[in-house]
Amino acid sequence: MAERNNMKEQILRTSGVNPLKCMRCGKCSATCPAYDEMEYHPHQFVYMVETGDIEPLLNSESFYKCLTCFACVDRCPRSVEPAKLVEAARLMVIREQGKNRLKPDDIPAQLDEDMPQQLLVSALRKYSK
Amino acid sequence: MQRIGVFVCWCGTNIAGTVDVVKVAQTLANEPGVVFSADYQYMCSQAGQDMIKEAVKKHKLTGLVICSCSPRMHEATFRKTAAAAGLNPYMVEIANIREQCSWVHKEMPIGTEKAIILGKAAVAKVNLNAPLTPGESPVTKRALVIGGGIAGIQTALDIADAGFPVDIVEKLPTIGGKMAQLDKTFPTLDCAACILTPKMVDAGQHEKIRIFSYSEVTDIGGFVGNFHVTIKKKARYVREDLCTGCGLCTEKCPQKKVPNEFNLGMDTRRAIYIPFAQAVPKIAAIDEDYCTMLKTGKCGVCAKVCTAGAIDYKQQDEYITVDYGAIVAATGYNPISMDKFDEFAYSQSKDVITSLEFERLTNAAGPTAGKLLRPSDGKHPHTIVFVQCVGSRCSGADKGKEYCSKICCMYTAKHAMLTRDKYPDTDVYVFYIDVRTPGKNFDEFYRRAVEEYGVHYIKGMVGKVTPDGDKLVVQASDLLAGKQMKIDADLVVLAAAIEPDKSARPLATLLTASMDTNDFFTEAHPKLRPVESPTAGVFLSGTCQGPKDIPETVSQAGAAASKVIGLLAKDKLMGNPCVAHSDEMMCNGCSSCEKVCPYGAITYADKEYRMPDRTTKVRRVAVVNEAVCQGCGCCTVACPSGAMDLKGFASAQIMAEVDAICK
Ligand SMILES: Cc1cc2nc3c(=O)[nH]c(=O)nc-3n(C[C@H](O)[C@H](O)[C@H](O)COP(=O)(O)OP(=O)(O)OC[C@H]3O[C@@H](n4cnc5c(N)ncnc54)[C@H](O)[C@@H]3O)c2cc1C
Ligand code: SF4
Ligand code: SF4
Ligand code: SF4
Ligand code: SF4
Repeated sequence: MAERNNMKEQILRTSGVNPLKCMRCGKCSATCPAYDEMEYHPHQFVYMVETGDIEPLLNSESFYKCLTCFACVDRCPRSVEPAKLVEAARLMVIREQGKNRLKPDDIPAQLDEDMPQQLLVSALRKYSK
Repeated sequence: MQRIGVFVCWCGTNIAGTVDVVKVAQTLANEPGVVFSADYQYMCSQAGQDMIKEAVKKHKLTGLVICSCSPRMHEATFRKTAAAAGLNPYMVEIANIREQCSWVHKEMPIGTEKAIILGKAAVAKVNLNAPLTPGESPVTKRALVIGGGIAGIQTALDIADAGFPVDIVEKLPTIGGKMAQLDKTFPTLDCAACILTPKMVDAGQHEKIRIFSYSEVTDIGGFVGNFHVTIKKKARYVREDLCTGCGLCTEKCPQKKVPNEFNLGMDTRRAIYIPFAQAVPKIAAIDEDYCTMLKTGKCGVCAKVCTAGAIDYKQQDEYITVDYGAIVAATGYNPISMDKFDEFAYSQSKDVITSLEFERLTNAAGPTAGKLLRPSDGKHPHTIVFVQCVGSRCSGADKGKEYCSKICCMYTAKHAMLTRDKYPDTDVYVFYIDVRTPGKNFDEFYRRAVEEYGVHYIKGMVGKVTPDGDKLVVQASDLLAGKQMKIDADLVVLAAAIEPDKSARPLATLLTASMDTNDFFTEAHPKLRPVESPTAGVFLSGTCQGPKDIPETVSQAGAAASKVIGLLAKDKLMGNPCVAHSDEMMCNGCSSCEKVCPYGAITYADKEYRMPDRTTKVRRVAVVNEAVCQGCGCCTVACPSGAMDLKGFASAQIMAEVDAICK
């Protein structure tokens, strides 16, 4: 339990988000372009962090699927900023030793002619340590 | 020396829970002037008041200190008790040991210490109190209602029926407000016009009611019972005494391209217009922004066709001043602008509309003669999506309104149900966060929409609307199914939040009435004085005080009227004796006080004085009009020679309080 609280605290601290402001309207998930790729959707992120149910979030791939487009942040009527929670969960995982999903050396093999520069930058931001 | 009685109230556990009331009473018993001190469970109860009266007699008290709740709550109660016991009511001081003490402290020792300090300050003040007698002022037996929506109309009718004359000032060319734009009304579905227009006609014909339409209040002076109000009658370029409302001019005017605000810009009207067929007063007005004659001097068609000779292109704004005893604010509401909600594509597609626009689209007198047709191509929509809570219940900078707009759950259910009733071939979706339908027959109404009319209620919010060809792709959450869904809709209806009319804030400044952060007028007490503003003589009716539907608006309108009638039924009003007065011998006529007085209560007079050397000298000195002075005390601070002082709040009394606190 202490561990659980600890993880919740850490996510709240890094994100600066107050999940208690959420009124469970689902607008974040309604607006999210990556919805279908995710196991846990933005409004579920908010609820699971609120209830301290962090483990499943960290074990799921969902936070890698977030495009950091901030649509949910922009449209949430209550200024909850769900993407910041997603980002905080992501940071929590990638900050752990050996948890890199991708190393810079792996990238050239996956490059595509048409890939925009910005995507590379955000990929590094997301996948590398 | 005063003989002071101290009475410490427990207020049940409200005070006694955090303040040791016995210790407070015992400690204050030792203060100078105190000859009696006691505590009691509820000082404001009959038994508590009797205890005060007995103590006054038995101990020959000359002043009272009540340690209790805020003076806003019960000062008047205890002043009456004092008067009943034969004391001057202004010999009572309240030490607020509830709101300012027990409610804000958690620990008994701290609460007790502070309560004692507050009590000592009050005792120090009463020691210097002197009996005061309020002046009397007459009551002008006429009321002003600002805003002619259903709230204003109902208030005016009720006051007029009681026999008092009333004026309605309405800024538009007709009374009626938003209700005149509605089609059918929940929960009984009677047609808005059928129940509103008879009331409009009654107001128009009532011998005690005058309607100043196309008019605004520009200045308010005076005080309760004696307001002086300046009304600007905007030039409508049509003589009210001659126009018969035949409407010929509105058919012949060649300027046809004017957006029709009554239909929310969904069709056009002429430059000379009568807002709608049942308008009261039914008098044309020329829109100076569009009239070619007024802009270029060339046209004059309406003057040619008007057989009554009512057109007057030279008409000017007219200002009149009228005296009133009471003023009612009934300025209503408007839907908020959809500019900040781009995700719903309101500005991109004509087929994304607000609910008020939907009312016009389904109204027989609306732009489509009551047929539900898409604004873009005039086709019948087969899939309609309603979105609730647009701009309501928001939090954070610039998002929208923090409050629930209260009426939209019900009118959305109404729209959805009526659509399914009239056009059973349409699919109707309502996206909701919560369905809030408390009220008589309200939840039943909503359930009927679902169970009998087959409206699809989906728990979840719409994330975005994307115009795609002649469709609107609605992307939304279905939270109960746990999916993101897309609907190809023909029409999207947004239940826009409502907000007070933009003119309410400047009006509140004129009225010196207070408002909340959302610009709704504040009531004097949220439970016990809901239709009175804290400013004496100013009353509140309808949605200008908070979101309301018609049944609630009408009840509040009647309540406001009864308060006004109660005031106008009095011949004289007791003034507030705690007013400023200047010591003429100390005043040097410098004008500092006049400059700071927000109520214009101070003038100067040249008075003759016998000087010590037996000569006579004329000196300019300040004179306070006691009927106008509100006792704010600005002048006492501004006066450089210490001549100005406030009765009941004299500088010496306040210093005594400060000394008692700092001792
Ligand atoms: C889409 C929609 C559907 C609705 N359907 C229903 C329904 O079915 N049933 C129901 O019970 N309720 C319904 N309502 C609510 C209803 O419209 C309101 O409860 C009612 O109109 C409030 O009346 P009011 O007089 O307070 O305000 P308003 O109708 O706004 O009237 C205010 C009047 O004051 C005038 N005014 C404003 N400022 C000034 C000023 N400074 N000087 C002079 N005049 C001024 C305005 O021009 C206006 O005429 C609906 C509301 C909406 C938006
Ligand atoms: S920021 Fe992430 S979670 Fe939020 S809408 Fe975009 S993709 Fe979805
Ligand atoms: S949009 Fe905001 S309030 Fe609505 S469910 Fe998502 S986080 Fe909660
Ligand atoms: S101004 Fe003349 S023409 Fe126009 S409505 Fe009035 S009476 Fe008729
Ligand atoms: S009344 Fe209903 S639709 Fe309107 S803001 Fe409140 S909850 Fe939302």
